[in-house]
Amino acid sequence: MLKRLDEFKIGETGLIKKVEGEGRLRRRLFDMGVTPGATVYLRKKAPLGDPLEVTIRGYELTLRKSEACLVVLEVKEDQ
Amino acid sequence: MKRFALAGNPNCGKTTLFNNLTGSTAHVGNWPGVTVEKKDGVYKKLEENIAIIDLPGIYSLSPYTNEEVISRNYILDEKPDCVINIVDATNLERNLYLTTQLLEIDVPVVIAINMMDVLEKAGDTLDEKLLQEKLGVPVVKISALEESNLKELMEAAYNASKSPRQGHTIVYNKDLKHLIGDVTIAFKGKNVENPLFHAVKLVENDEIESKMHEDLLPMVEEFKKTFNDETFGDDIEAIIADERYNYISDNFSSAITRHVEEEESKVKETKSDRIDKVLTHKVWGLVIFAAILFLVFHLTFSENFLFLKQAFEANGVAPCFEGTIYEGLFWTDAGINSPGVILFNFFDMSFSAIIDAVNGAMVGALGDGHWLTGFICDGVLSGLFAILGFLPQILVLFLFFSIMEDTGYMARVAFILDRIFRKFGLSGRAFIPMIMGFGCSVPAMINTRTLADENEKISTIRVIPFFSCGAKLPILVAIAGGACEVFGFAHVDLITYLMYVFGVVVAIVAVLFLRHTTLKGDAAPFIMELPQYHWPQFKALMIHLWDKAKHFVKKAFTIILASTIVIWFLSNFGWNWQMVDSMQDSILASIGMFIQPLFTPLGFGSLLSPIGWVFAVAAITGLIAKENVIATFITLGAVAVSDPAIIEAIEADEEGITAVVQMINATGISWQGCIAFIAFNMLTIPCFAACATAKAELKKGTFKYTLLFWIITSYIGSCFVYVFLSCFDVNTLAWALPVTLGLIIAGVITVVGIRVYNKKKNVARA
Repeated sequence: MLKRLDEFKIGETGLIKKVEGEGRLRRRLFDMGVTPGATVYLRKKAPLGDPLEVTIRGYELTLRKSEACLVVLEVKEDQ
Repeated sequence: MKRFALAGNPNCGKTTLFNNLTGSTAHVGNWPGVTVEKKDGVYKKLEENIAIIDLPGIYSLSPYTNEEVISRNYILDEKPDCVINIVDATNLERNLYLTTQLLEIDVPVVIAINMMDVLEKAGDTLDEKLLQEKLGVPVVKISALEESNLKELMEAAYNASKSPRQGHTIVYNKDLKHLIGDVTIAFKGKNVENPLFHAVKLVENDEIESKMHEDLLPMVEEFKKTFNDETFGDDIEAIIADERYNYISDNFSSAITRHVEEEESKVKETKSDRIDKVLTHKVWGLVIFAAILFLVFHLTFSENFLFLKQAFEANGVAPCFEGTIYEGLFWTDAGINSPGVILFNFFDMSFSAIIDAVNGAMVGALGDGHWLTGFICDGVLSGLFAILGFLPQILVLFLFFSIMEDTGYMARVAFILDRIFRKFGLSGRAFIPMIMGFGCSVPAMINTRTLADENEKISTIRVIPFFSCGAKLPILVAIAGGACEVFGFAHVDLITYLMYVFGVVVAIVAVLFLRHTTLKGDAAPFIMELPQYHWPQFKALMIHLWDKAKHFVKKAFTIILASTIVIWFLSNFGWNWQMVDSMQDSILASIGMFIQPLFTPLGFGSLLSPIGWVFAVAAITGLIAKENVIATFITLGAVAVSDPAIIEAIEADEEGITAVVQMINATGISWQGCIAFIAFNMLTIPCFAACATAKAELKKGTFKYTLLFWIITSYIGSCFVYVFLSCFDVNTLAWALPVTLGLIIAGVITVVGIRVYNKKKNVARA
């Protein structure tokens, strides 16, 4: 099932299929390891529900929902 | 001298390595043209001395902020003899991403795998031979923290620097390889240095490269037409990023042998996770942050440490310092002093003793009432000590914020607060320079370089002074302390805390205003690493504090001392260049009297007694440096009263409370006026050092508007404070209430006006 990262629930894991957006923002996402093929685990949301904290490539990354919605993932069901 | 550059991700231990390599030779400056900090030093343990340059911490060589551009240009243009790439062993995957880009440049590279101690403690091992073989450059395992293998690293770098290295790329897609090869040849034809690096960046659709080598772009565009990848289409940028990461995970996941299996370790909570669960908790995260902030200020400034006085009294235990020399140092009637206050008192008492000794010696040698005695004791020494006296508290505050930054908590603060900040058009990242503003505006303004969006940066710089800095604290302490004493209110720290909150509220309102009028824009992206929590490092903290102390003392001895002397002169001499008996006749008095009416709506203008101009004068001298406000009170306080006993008391009290008490009694200012005066000084133009920094950080031409912004904000803000607080007094309620309501209505009309205007404009644009 394809889902955007901002729609993820805490504890869900997914495989990145596509990163949308353009320019610097997209470049920055790539540079921080958010590339197709990477596994993302949604660890938690900030006290007010945004931004998100994910585990990717062995470290913790935080990004806003508005940036997370650019990331399309295949949800891993085995969790 | 050979030059080695240190490059690596933020939080990879680069600064620690730099400190340990260069020791006392380190020099902190700025990169030319931009205000990103540049650190260089000398490594002396090899056969020849090596210059070490610390590049800004970056994740990639693609431009995102100034820091990537600086690092990239340094390596490309300044051609260091070797680049030492520091890689965090605990996070090889992301760290090596930068490595794959560095390797594309024709420069000798040595890789330092740092934090080996952490890795080994977890029971994991790393095969550096495998890394070395795959990457084709020397790899040395080090621990910057424990200073192990640093000599080996430097030797490896030294050997590598002897022979040139040809860049190579890890891009393995056949078609792309061809394209990069072709573009490289084209670059070579143009005699461009580092052709491979430029070729890859051009193919990656890099911002800088596309602008610089427009003529070669058609080559890439032509290629794109025929190129179609199964998964990515013609999205070359994505393919290359993907290939870099794939290359890393394919080749290097086997380099680390984990003590526990990967899957297991994912389930197992690390210490960092457990701390994080509490500190960024859904509900408690914000509460804990507020509590930590309060605790920091309590530990630094409170005179009733942990509210122990009440606890003692409840148990009927009498304070044991009464009557000893420790009374005053550790204990006042308010309670037991916090560590910050104890330090403050220690310096305070030492300085008083010095002034007394100098005064005694000079009176003995020159006789009573000589002008030179007054100049040295009242002008120079009391002014200077008033400033140096609160250095300990500044440093304690700095220490706490540095600890919060170093442990990784600051990043969490940004995480917790981002949602709130976005409402105001700022990112949670902007919070870090703002909160640093509580310590000193100068480093805070420099820190705004991490903000990618220009308008966000300008707004942030403009409101940083509202986060009351350490130098403004003496104003708060002295005026609020004096007012409390005169008007019989017991909680100075409550007023202090509320004034800090007031500054923050004004900052929020001002940012909202700016982001909806002259500095429009959406919040910049917020994509940030949350580093693992770790213990702060004593040595790095001390180096940091030492830099701050040095800077501060230098300032105290130059600009502030000079202006203290000027004020002493202006307040002791008349227009006829003769010493005056009463300060009513001094040059300063006439300047103060001239501008005094301007401050009437603020509660410290014409409505005061004739010597009410001291508030106007203090506000003006505060523009030179905030420390001057209280120094002015002390200097003028000593001139204003004739009773030698009171003069002595004023000079003995470097905190300035005695001076302020005298001033309040002499001018008849109301407590509302006192608070408004604090507010004015908090919001108005910051000190010269901060102004100079702002000017350097801001885009050309925006500084003069920034100055204007500060003047207007401080005037309106403190006027509102005065009028609003006057509602709480029966005698002034009659006029204060309607004026307050009027001001609020004017504010609402402005907000509505801006909204309507913006809406119309948006409609017109659409």
